[in-house]
Amino acid sequence: MIAAVTTDAFLERAPVLLRDAVTGFLPEPWHTLVNALIAIALILGIFGTLFAFITLAERKILGRVQNRPGPNRAPIPFLNVRFFGLSQPFADGVKALTKEDVVPRDADHVLHYLAPVALLAFSILTFAVIPYGKHLVPVELDAAVLYFFAAGAATELAVFMAGWGSRNKYSLLAAMRALAQLISYELPLLLSWVPVVLIAGTLSTTAIVEAQAGWKFGFIPHWHVFTPWGFAGFVIFMVAALAESNRSPFDTPEAESELIAGHLTEYSGFKYALFFMAEYFGMLALSGMAITLFLGGWRAPLPFLEFIPSYVWFGGKLIVMILGFIWIRATFPRLRIDQLTRFAWKFLVPLTLINLGNAAFWSLTFHWTGPLQIVRWAVGIVLVIGPFVVMGRKLSAGVAPRTYRYA
Amino acid sequence: MSISDLSPLSAQGGSHVRAVHDEFHGDLLEVSMGPHHPSTHGVFRMIVTLDGETIVKLKPVFGYLHRNHEKIGEGTTYLGSMPYTDRLDYLCSMTNNWAYAIAVEKLAGQPVPERAEYVRVILAEITRLLNHTCLAGFLMQDLGCSGTPLMYAFREREYILDLFESLSGSRMMCNYQRFGGCRVDPSADWLEGAKKLTDRYGAFLDEFEALLTGNEIIMTRTQGVGRLSPELAIAAGITGPMLRATGVNYDLRKVDGYGVYPRFDFRVPLGAHGDVYDRYMIRILEMRESIKILQQALASIPTGPIMDPKAKLRGFRPKAGEAYGRIEGPKGEIGFHLVSDGSPNPYRYRVRPPSFINLTVLEDMCLGHTVADAVIILGSVDIVLGEVDR
Repeated sequence: MIAAVTTDAFLERAPVLLRDAVTGFLPEPWHTLVNALIAIALILGIFGTLFAFITLAERKILGRVQNRPGPNRAPIPFLNVRFFGLSQPFADGVKALTKEDVVPRDADHVLHYLAPVALLAFSILTFAVIPYGKHLVPVELDAAVLYFFAAGAATELAVFMAGWGSRNKYSLLAAMRALAQLISYELPLLLSWVPVVLIAGTLSTTAIVEAQAGWKFGFIPHWHVFTPWGFAGFVIFMVAALAESNRSPFDTPEAESELIAGHLTEYSGFKYALFFMAEYFGMLALSGMAITLFLGGWRAPLPFLEFIPSYVWFGGKLIVMILGFIWIRATFPRLRIDQLTRFAWKFLVPLTLINLGNAAFWSLTFHWTGPLQIVRWAVGIVLVIGPFVVMGRKLSAGVAPRTYRYA
Repeated sequence: MSISDLSPLSAQGGSHVRAVHDEFHGDLLEVSMGPHHPSTHGVFRMIVTLDGETIVKLKPVFGYLHRNHEKIGEGTTYLGSMPYTDRLDYLCSMTNNWAYAIAVEKLAGQPVPERAEYVRVILAEITRLLNHTCLAGFLMQDLGCSGTPLMYAFREREYILDLFESLSGSRMMCNYQRFGGCRVDPSADWLEGAKKLTDRYGAFLDEFEALLTGNEIIMTRTQGVGRLSPELAIAAGITGPMLRATGVNYDLRKVDGYGVYPRFDFRVPLGAHGDVYDRYMIRILEMRESIKILQQALASIPTGPIMDPKAKLRGFRPKAGEAYGRIEGPKGEIGFHLVSDGSPNPYRYRVRPPSFINLTVLEDMCLGHTVADAVIILGSVDIVLGEVDR
């Protein structure tokens, strides 16, 4: 038993111990700086690699969904062995780096150059406050959640810069769409996590994960998603996150069949790759935040699984979320921009506001027990399903499957 | 004044359009969609004037694929034009062949043996399946599905193209019909393969529909979009599924009763709204009827010659005169008008292309809708540029 605890603790602390071993060689005044640099390098390295393999996984999974093999040709360099096309992302990287960087003659060169850089910078910033494990929080901030969404919201600016700076009509249309879409979905995105802050009573990501500790009946984790308001908040958060990261079915800014490539139309080579990377980073960061806010962060889903280190759980949850994103992309068509904004303003925003009230009710009735506990759950569930059904019916009014007559 | 206050058509014809430069409202945006645009189905170009994202004017530009088809037809023999008809609508070469063969057979008074008529019906209905399946896939691609429905559709298309290849030697450019019959007799194996395809196709349609038809996003995107009134459709000469989606009961298979169609029991589905959703659904329902026709035809195909023994292939010179042959192609009425002066070449060779004529109402359907809608409206018209431009 004791031995188990020590191995557990060792694996849990392994990354920190490793870091301390590296910085241990340096004099004391350098420790903070080097620790921060190591954290930055790790985040860039791990998420960069993850990005590379997620693009491959996405193409593979899309391929399998669509009855085709997906990329499987790229060989391992110098060996000429095709290993499931695993080196495809690196081949893509080389291609992107060596491609000519074409800038339209009349484009705003500064904005055109800065847009991918800004987008990438802001999306990397958001990685700083996510707790990846029990001891793995790059930056401990009191207002971490606020910081996260402030940095994330700045990416809208970069998309508009790209659209405006390209001097291309498709890009401009995409920029307008992107602004309309991102501003619309910023609201439900922000409002959907306010209940979490309300319940946890903090804006610190570490404390929010702390608040989800413990088990109900000994096996159901105390994650926010397992409460009525938490479930609604999670679903709304994910829908808004899909829109924020320009993923199908909300990929209107780069709607391929309408606007060619939207704000990316005039980008080629490595700038395009940077955009691509930033979008995946945004998706990863939003998934990470969803995990932190609603899915118990780095916590294990069942008590007897707690021996597995926390960062493994975080990584596992992250991958499941990304697979969900890919699955949705493979399935759904795209919404029109006006329908998309209508969906945000007339459906998601009211739902989040009602959900906020629901969470307030939940937090004010925390001491209810016995039969009152059942009442508490019933009210919570009704407050989620009721508005969903009523407003959903209103939203899809006039739209129904039709029957056809025959001559 | 906003664009919604404007009626799409003025009394004088032509559309109301705000000036592109307007001091008060600001400028409108003119976007050239095409000829190389991901969703213009080939080299089609739309010059779109936008107020925000709303279309106030749409000017179709085509002819990028013009290759003098009709003039070439006058310079070659009657039989020599047959392979050229493949290239009109390269998805439906079998029906193009048939329409041309009917025109020439009318001109020459050439009878067709019964087995050939059955084979023609079988091939035409398989072509209808092929065309409508591809159209549904393309339409969903235009709607923003990232390839899944398109790849499902193309999987089925491959089975059909395999059948075509094993029969005619070519996947798409079949060149199969002849005046007075068909080029080769389908073997029992081939008919068995067609039967297998027919039996399986309903299951594919079920799968396809389960994925798409009831999808809320597809319904919101397509219902009420690109409405076409039956009056305008008739006035503009629209035919095929696009006309039937407006609720007009006009199917040449019933109206003309050409070939052996009167022997088969099938229904003609009719829409009521004339929007994109109706056009999609009519095609799906038509495919289900095609399956019924195929089952009946494959069960009752007679034995006998595939070519009329008196049919003349070499030195074919019809008497002077003219004839118009038409069939219900998958896209609408495909017809050929031929004028003969007694020489081996037609004096005049004219194609009635359903894609082109159905495309003429594009602006009327698109006005007041957004760019995203224009793409799916164009997708629902079902054009093949080889036939539009000829």
